[in-house]
Amino acid sequence: MDFCKNFPLFSIIICLMGGVISSALKKKVARVISYIIMLLLIAMSVGVLVYCIQTGEPFVYKMGHFPAPWGNEVRAGVLEGMFAVFFSVIMFLAVFSGEKYLDEDIVSQKGNLYFSLILLLMSSLLALVYTNDIFTGYVFVEINTISAAGLVAVKNSGRSCVAAVKYMIMSLLGSGLLLIGIIVLYDITGNLLLESIHTALGNVIESGSYTVALTIVIALITVGLSIKSALFPFHSWLPDAHSASTISSSAVLSSLVLKAYIIFLIKIFYRAIGIDVIVKSGVCNVLFVCGIAGMLIGSLFAAAQEDVKRMIAYSSVAQIGYIFMGLGLGTKLGLIAAVYHIFMHGSTKSMLFMAVGGLKEVSGHSSYLEKIKGSGYRNVLAGIAFAVGTFSMVGLPLFPGFISKVNFSQAGIEAGNPKMMVLLITLAISTVLNCFYFFRAVINIYTPGGEREEIAYASGNTESVRIEKNTATYVIGIIGFILFNLFLGTNCDFVLTLIKQGIGMFR
Amino acid sequence: MAEFFHSLFLNYYESISMILFGIGFTTLFLHPNLMKKIMGFNIMDTAIYLFLAAKGYITGRTAPIVTDGITDASKYINPVPAGLVLTGIVVSVSVTAVMLSFTIRLYRRYHTLDIDEIFRIVKKEEE
Repeated sequence: MDFCKNFPLFSIIICLMGGVISSALKKKVARVISYIIMLLLIAMSVGVLVYCIQTGEPFVYKMGHFPAPWGNEVRAGVLEGMFAVFFSVIMFLAVFSGEKYLDEDIVSQKGNLYFSLILLLMSSLLALVYTNDIFTGYVFVEINTISAAGLVAVKNSGRSCVAAVKYMIMSLLGSGLLLIGIIVLYDITGNLLLESIHTALGNVIESGSYTVALTIVIALITVGLSIKSALFPFHSWLPDAHSASTISSSAVLSSLVLKAYIIFLIKIFYRAIGIDVIVKSGVCNVLFVCGIAGMLIGSLFAAAQEDVKRMIAYSSVAQIGYIFMGLGLGTKLGLIAAVYHIFMHGSTKSMLFMAVGGLKEVSGHSSYLEKIKGSGYRNVLAGIAFAVGTFSMVGLPLFPGFISKVNFSQAGIEAGNPKMMVLLITLAISTVLNCFYFFRAVINIYTPGGEREEIAYASGNTESVRIEKNTATYVIGIIGFILFNLFLGTNCDFVLTLIKQGIGMFR
Repeated sequence: MAEFFHSLFLNYYESISMILFGIGFTTLFLHPNLMKKIMGFNIMDTAIYLFLAAKGYITGRTAPIVTDGITDASKYINPVPAGLVLTGIVVSVSVTAVMLSFTIRLYRRYHTLDIDEIFRIVKKEEE
C-alpha cells in the first residue's frame, strides 16, 4: 500500500508525457491515449485518497531525496486526494461527452493538439493541487494559463481568438502580481516550501519586522490569484472566454481551471502564511465584500443575457463570489463551505455546459433563448441534464447546491454580525435571482414550439421532425454527470466528513 | 520623509525594478497595441528578475563554486535566486511565444494590431 505514495508524482508526469507525445500522433490515437491516461488518473487519485483515509495522516514525497528546506516536495492529504479525484473525473466526463462537438469545432488535422492541451492542463491542475513548493506552484499556474488560453482559441473563429487574447492579457497581469508577491515572500522568509515559509514567518512576525512588506505580499498574491479566478471586479474576461470556446473547453474552464487557482490560494493562506495573519491583515474582509458584490452583480448580468451559454458563464462569476465569500469569513466553517462549493460548482456547471451543447445542436446551432424553445423535447437527455443542473444551482434539496447554501448560512451564523446579516440577505437575494434566470431558461426549453416544429408544421408533415440522435459517449457522459451530482447531493455527510478530515491535515 | 527617500536611493536596484514593474504593468494593461502589450509584459517580468537578482546578491561574495578550497558559507551567496530567475525566464519566454502566435493569427484575420479596433470589428461581425 506504501506504493500509493508515488502516485501524485506519477500522475503529473504521465500527463506531461502524454501531452507531449500526443502532439505528434494522429487524432484517433491521441484520443485513445488521453482517455487511457485519464482513467489511470482516476484510479491513482482514488488510490491516494484511500491511502490517506486509511493512514489518517498526510504524506510528503521528496523529489530526489533532498531533505526539507532545500528539496522540492509533493504533498498529499485527504483534501488533495479529493481534489485530484474530482478533477480527473470531471475532466474525463467533460471531454468524453463532448467528443462529438470537438469534431465539429476543430479542424480535423489539428484534433490531436486538443488532447495535448487537455493533458497539459490536467497535469498543471494536479500539480497545483499536490505541490508543496510555492515557486513550482507559480510555474504550473503559468502552464495552466497557457493551456487554458489554447483551449479557448482552439475553435477556429475570430471571436474565440480575441477572447483568448483578452483572457491571456488579464491572466498575465495576475501572474505578474503573483510572481512579485512570491518573490517578496521569499525575500522575507528565505524559504520556498510552504511549511518552512510558515515557520520562518512565525519568527519574522514575532520579531515585529517587515509588517508593511507582509501586508503587501498578502495583497499582491491575493489580487494576482483572484484576477485569474475571476473574482468580481476582475471578471470581465470570463464571459467571453467561456462562451466563445468549444463546449468541452467551456465546461473544463469554468469548473476546473478557476478552481485550481482558488485551491492554490487556500494552500498559501492556510499552510504558508497562516490564516490568523491573513485575518489580522484585513484581506479577508476585502475578499468577503468582493465575493458578496460578485454574487449580486454576476447574477444580475446573467439575468440580462439572451444567450444561454453566456448566461451560464456569468453565473460562474456569481458562484466564484460564493466561494470567495466563504473564504472571506476566515473561519473553519467558512472554509468547509467554500471547499464544498468548489465541488458543487465544478460538477454542476460542467454538466450545464454539456447540456447546453446538446440543446444547441437541435436548435440550429444557436443557444439564444428564443431559439432553444422546445429543445427539451427534441433532445430529452440534454433537457433532463439541464433541469438537474438548474435545480442544483438554485438549491433544491437532494442536489449539491442545497447543501452548499446550508453550509454557507451555518458558517455565516457562526461568524456573527455584521457579516451574518450581510451574508444571509445576499444569499437570499442571490437565490431569488438564480431562480429567475435559470428557471426562465428551463421554462423556455420545455415550452413547445421552436425551430424544428415550425418547419414541420409549415410543411404539414409532423412525422418528419428529426430528433437528434445522441452519440453513445454523450449519453454515458451526461448520465455520469447526473449520477455524480446526485452522489454529491445525497452523500453530503460523507463528503463533508472527508473535507473536515482533510482540512485537519492542513497543518 | 527624508529617511524614506534616502533608503529609496540606497536600495536603487529595488527602486528601479519597482518603477520598471509599474511601467510594464501599465503598458500591458492599458496600451491598445498588441506588440507593445507584449513588450510591456516582458519589461514587467524582467523587472521582477532584476529585483530577485538584486536581492540575491551580497556585495563582496561570489557564486558558491568551490575552486580554491574555501568551504566557509559566509564567502558565498545563495544560488537559489539565480535558479528562480532562470526558471522565470523560461516561463516568460514561452508565454511571449504564445502571445506572439495569437497576435499573428489576429493580424492575419483583422489586419490591425490595435486591440480596441479588433474588438470593434468583432462586435460588428456579430451583428
